[in-house]
Amino acid sequence: MARGRIEIDEQYCKGCRLCVSVCPQEILAISSRLNERGYMPAEIIDMERCTGCSMCAVICPDVCITVYRQVPLRQT
Amino acid sequence: MGKVVEKLVYERPKSLTDAHTHYCPGCTHGVSHRLVAEALDELGIRERTIGIAPVGCSVLAYYYFNVDFAEAAHGRAPAMATGMKRANPDRVIFTYQGDGDLAAIGTGEIVHAAGRGENITVIFINNAIYGMTGGQMAPTTLEGQKTTSSPMGRDISIAGHPLKMSELLSTLDGAAYVVRHSLHDVKHIRRARKAILTAFKVQLAGLGFSMVELLSTCCTNWKMDPVESLDWLRDNMVPFYPLGEHKVIDAVKDL
Amino acid sequence: MAKQLWKGNEALAEAAVRAGLVAYFGYPITPQTELLEYLSGRMVRLGRAFLQAESELAAINMVYGAACTGVRTMTSSSSPGISLMQEGLSYMAASEVPVVLVDIMRGGPGLGNIQPSQADYFQVTKTSGHGDFRPLVLAPATVQEAVDLVYEAFDLAEQYRTIVIVVADGNIGQMMEPAEMPPMREINGDRPHWALVGADGRDHRIITSLELGAERLEALNLRLQRKIARVKREQVRWKEDKTDDAEILVVAFGTMGRISTTAAEMAWEKGIRAGVFRPISLFPFPAARLEELSQRVKRILVVEMNAGQMLEDVKLAVGKDYPVEFYGRMGGIVPLPDDVLEAVERVHTEL
Repeated sequence: MARGRIEIDEQYCKGCRLCVSVCPQEILAISSRLNERGYMPAEIIDMERCTGCSMCAVICPDVCITVYRQVPLRQT
Repeated sequence: MGKVVEKLVYERPKSLTDAHTHYCPGCTHGVSHRLVAEALDELGIRERTIGIAPVGCSVLAYYYFNVDFAEAAHGRAPAMATGMKRANPDRVIFTYQGDGDLAAIGTGEIVHAAGRGENITVIFINNAIYGMTGGQMAPTTLEGQKTTSSPMGRDISIAGHPLKMSELLSTLDGAAYVVRHSLHDVKHIRRARKAILTAFKVQLAGLGFSMVELLSTCCTNWKMDPVESLDWLRDNMVPFYPLGEHKVIDAVKDL
Repeated sequence: MAKQLWKGNEALAEAAVRAGLVAYFGYPITPQTELLEYLSGRMVRLGRAFLQAESELAAINMVYGAACTGVRTMTSSSSPGISLMQEGLSYMAASEVPVVLVDIMRGGPGLGNIQPSQADYFQVTKTSGHGDFRPLVLAPATVQEAVDLVYEAFDLAEQYRTIVIVVADGNIGQMMEPAEMPPMREINGDRPHWALVGADGRDHRIITSLELGAERLEALNLRLQRKIARVKREQVRWKEDKTDDAEILVVAFGTMGRISTTAAEMAWEKGIRAGVFRPISLFPFPAARLEELSQRVKRILVVEMNAGQMLEDVKLAVGKDYPVEFYGRMGGIVPLPDDVLEAVERVHTEL
């Protein structure tokens, strides 16, 4: 079971690859489709392996990544 | 494994609008904006903050921050901030300035704002080049760095030496908190975030002038892709512009 | 309140305080400095903002910052300092924040000297910075009038969201005269609907002079021009003396208006019917009334402490075929009533 999950708001993404370059799980890639603004956005290719580490969100200049993490109930 | 729930750990800060920025792909202005917005959110001061945008690539920052904002003449943001703060001591005032703005045309204004201990926060973006006008030499351009106005590389015998603003301002008694950070990787971005938070706390505590210099990239004018730009920043700028706390008065350490 | 003896610069400062000045930023320059000195004590004792800036450039941008938050703010300077302030003035004109500026003119160009002059006429009425804008420019001839105009200037600046320049020369700044101070106004704590005070419970506000789209920038300019047109309709001010049956009309502003009035009295004693027309608003220039008067008199004599700057507005008002004579002194020389009388007599002999 995945420990984390991210959502990429593709319309904000400019396809700069910075998230791809820092993802420790190497589960991000640049897609081959275009968003409304003509950029090829980043996408997650294997969400199951996401740890919710949020490194992609920390480096993202376009603030298009939202990060969730699975935590044991007692920690909430 | 027991029961788990999904927890939100990272989202767009409230202090940003939902506008699409005009910045080039990979430009670290976006990161800096987000870090400032996160600090305003975390401190709960968005509603009483006024920002001042510079002339340069971030001239349109006022569209991106969900904060009252003014646009300054080139280099004059610290003077404008001074006027705002003196007339409204209970407001939080910050400027967001690039290296051409702060370290060339606005050198007088930043030096005196720091010298007076003006109780404002300055976010200084140093990417060693003029971005908006198309890649000319900046006061912070490195020796040998090629720009459109130093095509053979910055020649110290012609253009003189780059200015180290954090070091320069840290000599002034009015400066309470002057630090330099870099945005070239996640670890350093996290440090920068903490510094920006501290800088605003310095203002809230009325301790005087605070500035966070952020070593940043300009992929387009450096003519590199975004990932290469971060590497170039790490390998070339960080050695010349030492990271760290250049001036931290004792009262800041107690915050 | 009874009349008291006031030095011009200090009277201007006190009038601004009484008008509700919240924040003053300035830089020392002769012959304006007493204004700054006076406020350095007065404002601080009242718990208001005073700051001596590192330059006129910084001072005007501090004023810009304070003005963006909707408080009453001003600066003061003298000619070379006003040159440095032009950048800020242009930005403030574009972003439509109210501001009051006092210019105590000195001799130029360049560093010039510190004697009285009127050579900033072009600078304050026509070239106050790049782009199409015109400040509202008011020129007092006495310390009392300076007090009254600066007191009113803050209301005018807010009414039109514009720059109001009170322009006087070193004479008015430096001389002592009896003047009655207006009452002390309470500072209005309410901020205008456009002011930056923090986006609390509303959308964020932006004050900028940047409009990247050509159509939007033209729209801004058209709005500014409509405002200027309104100022031209509503704020034309002048004073006339002995114009009813004058044959020679002396046109002069500020100190020269006052000296010309004395010269006109001397002319009447000599049987020369000389009247005085003194524009108080240099922009908007009282062209219509001057044009009317030009039909009644035979000659116009413009007297200025410059090479003939207002002269151009006079000529525009009366037309190129109208006989307009000029008498001016430069370099900080203040003509005496005798000098103006001599000029009047010279014009009279040509009638």
